[in-house]
Amino acid sequence: MIDVVHHLPILLIASGLIGAFLTPLIGLIRKELCNYWATFVTLIQFSISIALFYKVIQVGRISYWLGGWEPPWGIEYAIDILNGFVLVVVSTICLAVVIYGRKSLLKEVPEKEIQLYTLYILLCTGMLGIVITGDVFNLYVFLEISSLAAYALVAIGGRNALMASFNYMIMGTVSACFILLGIGYLYLMTGTLNMADLSRLLPPIFGRPAVMIGLILLVVGLSIKTAFFPLHTWLPDAYTYSPSAISALLSGTFTKVGVYVLIRLIYTIFGLQYFLANIDILIFLGWVASAGIVFGAIMAIAQEDFKRMLAYSSISQIGYIGLGITLANKFAIAGSLLHIFGHSLMKSGLFMVAGLVIYSKGIKRVSQLEGMGKAMPYTMAAFLIGALSMIGVPPTIGFVSKYLILLGAVERGEWAFVAIILFSSLLTAAYFWKVFEKVYFSFGDSRVEKISEKSKEGPLTMLVPALILAVLSLAGGFLAPYLIKVFELWISTIGGV
Amino acid sequence: MIDIIDMVDVILTKYNYIIYIALMTLGFYGMIGKTNLIKKLIGMSVFQYSIFLFYISIADVEGGIAPILIEREATYVNPLPHVLILTAIVVAVSTLAVGLSLVVRIYREFGSIDESKILLRLKDD
Amino acid sequence: MSEGKEISGREIKDMKRGIILKTNAKFMVPLILLWGLYVLTHGTSGPGGGFQAGVVLAAGFILYAVVFGLKETLEIFPFRVVLVIASLGVSIYAWIGVFAIVFGGNFLEYGKIPLAHEAAESAKLGIEMVEIGIGFTVMAIMLSIFYTFVQRGD
Repeated sequence: MIDVVHHLPILLIASGLIGAFLTPLIGLIRKELCNYWATFVTLIQFSISIALFYKVIQVGRISYWLGGWEPPWGIEYAIDILNGFVLVVVSTICLAVVIYGRKSLLKEVPEKEIQLYTLYILLCTGMLGIVITGDVFNLYVFLEISSLAAYALVAIGGRNALMASFNYMIMGTVSACFILLGIGYLYLMTGTLNMADLSRLLPPIFGRPAVMIGLILLVVGLSIKTAFFPLHTWLPDAYTYSPSAISALLSGTFTKVGVYVLIRLIYTIFGLQYFLANIDILIFLGWVASAGIVFGAIMAIAQEDFKRMLAYSSISQIGYIGLGITLANKFAIAGSLLHIFGHSLMKSGLFMVAGLVIYSKGIKRVSQLEGMGKAMPYTMAAFLIGALSMIGVPPTIGFVSKYLILLGAVERGEWAFVAIILFSSLLTAAYFWKVFEKVYFSFGDSRVEKISEKSKEGPLTMLVPALILAVLSLAGGFLAPYLIKVFELWISTIGGV
Repeated sequence: MIDIIDMVDVILTKYNYIIYIALMTLGFYGMIGKTNLIKKLIGMSVFQYSIFLFYISIADVEGGIAPILIEREATYVNPLPHVLILTAIVVAVSTLAVGLSLVVRIYREFGSIDESKILLRLKDD
Repeated sequence: MSEGKEISGREIKDMKRGIILKTNAKFMVPLILLWGLYVLTHGTSGPGGGFQAGVVLAAGFILYAVVFGLKETLEIFPFRVVLVIASLGVSIYAWIGVFAIVFGGNFLEYGKIPLAHEAAESAKLGIEMVEIGIGFTVMAIMLSIFYTFVQRGD
């Protein structure tokens, strides 16, 4: 009898790869089937992720040897609480967006189902692969698989998206090359590619300049992928011009996967001791992250385009996660992990709302949103909850995660960071207030027309995923204590916290 | 004086690093400094291949032969970086294919592959 | 784009006239394909393998397309078939991996698939089958890239 549970890690990836490459065949039969097939595949991946997370909480670290080769010689899929959790986050968003995308993508990019869903499944599988793998070169390969799929998916968005995608591709390739080079330096110094093995072999040679260079290259490369502040330039265009469903997917998952790899690099591969010995690196990264928080929020206030505003808001929110990572204590790390989850839910939900507005009204600018609170009450309810969570109003998940990061900053005694977190919450409120005002309190000249039009919501398959994500980000606040308990299990395994 | 001798020594023994850095800088200039999209892609390829050269050069063992099993005893070069780069080359080819197809679509849409002209047309919209 | 199309159309027409080219190509194409198949099946015991073989095979078909025209090539090798081959090729890879699970090994643990008496022998056969999958996929993808770039504007 085959032990399916033992093979779950590879089935997660294999089902995605088989699913992606069967999509063209299914599309040749009937194009409409592609979406159902993609939903089926992501549903399988979602179930496997949940099962893996459950198992990892029960029994601890899972290790799967590809081809039966023992690590560090073979490729290992290693799952602990950290990546088990990220797997669940990523696969949840993938599933929600594919359900949402059936109508949305059909309207925004018609007649492209085959390419779209093949790439979609590949992107999801690539991201899950990045998260699940325990081998740094395998990570690079998955990173490129998902990046290539992402470039193509952004480019599908039409005329404006083409240049956005090209710039994204140039930046993404630079980032991937830096990552490859960083991996090369670490391999040169240690002769291994396995993460667990690297963490064992690196400490004795920490003083060597080549190790430092490898670290810098990896951090810079990952910062581009994650869109940390000075390296974010690809993100606003790519999110604004890609189809709404794809913006929702990329904002919810791709940057989070980059953050995950950064956490893995800092806390597992190098280990916190290295950074505590060179605390300047962490403080520098912390300041960069804070600059990103403020910059993203100010730019978001200045935007007129709804999706572009959300894109700049992403840069700001990713700054929070980065700041939490660099503060490196129990509260801040738990806050960062929670914010990965929370921001995925909120930002995907908000992009879904933007897509819904485009779908039923064709409205892209904030100033045209007048009276939408009446016209699309449920959609705007989803927006309201997501935005409140983003600002950090209790009892949402955004409140808990920001509060934890704040506590972390207080415990480190970094009062400047405390001030920045509080100040930027105000800025966040400012740019969302701009939208609230239009949606709920402003009716403009077209009042009569708006009311006669009656409420006109988007289709249910689009509305329900957006509402579910909004409700989850509300319920997440109540679930947070349980999640934090789980995180503490992982945080206790890293030394130096 | 001794410093200069040391430097020459470093240059002569570590020339592989100098070559890869030079190529990398060249590629980076192509990517950032050129406005023609095809030239950007050429720069991107040079950038990628410089890193492949780095990998191949660190795999070398003095007096080593190609890592194919032979009868007599022999020193082999490290085969692992070669395998890694084989994968990375495939990735590079795929990236180039995506890039070129993007350029074809951009040309069809804007009638130009010069970045400054395209940005002007985008502004006009 | 119309300009580019005209040029490529005229070029192909010119080549149609060349009897030397045609005769040579008729001679070369089977040889290239044969060589591609040789490289494909000897990847485990010598230099070669799926990627190289796929490119060689695709080069054979591309030579045919350049000399005899795109239309003729599309008749014997339509775009749909190329897509199907690409998908099936990768599927062969994935299914070999899954077979290893079925026979009690880990994913892609070729030695566990009972293809031969010895584990090493079946590992070799397993790798060869995977290489065949890769080879056909690479061939199909190369051809589809060629088709897309030549057909643009239509």
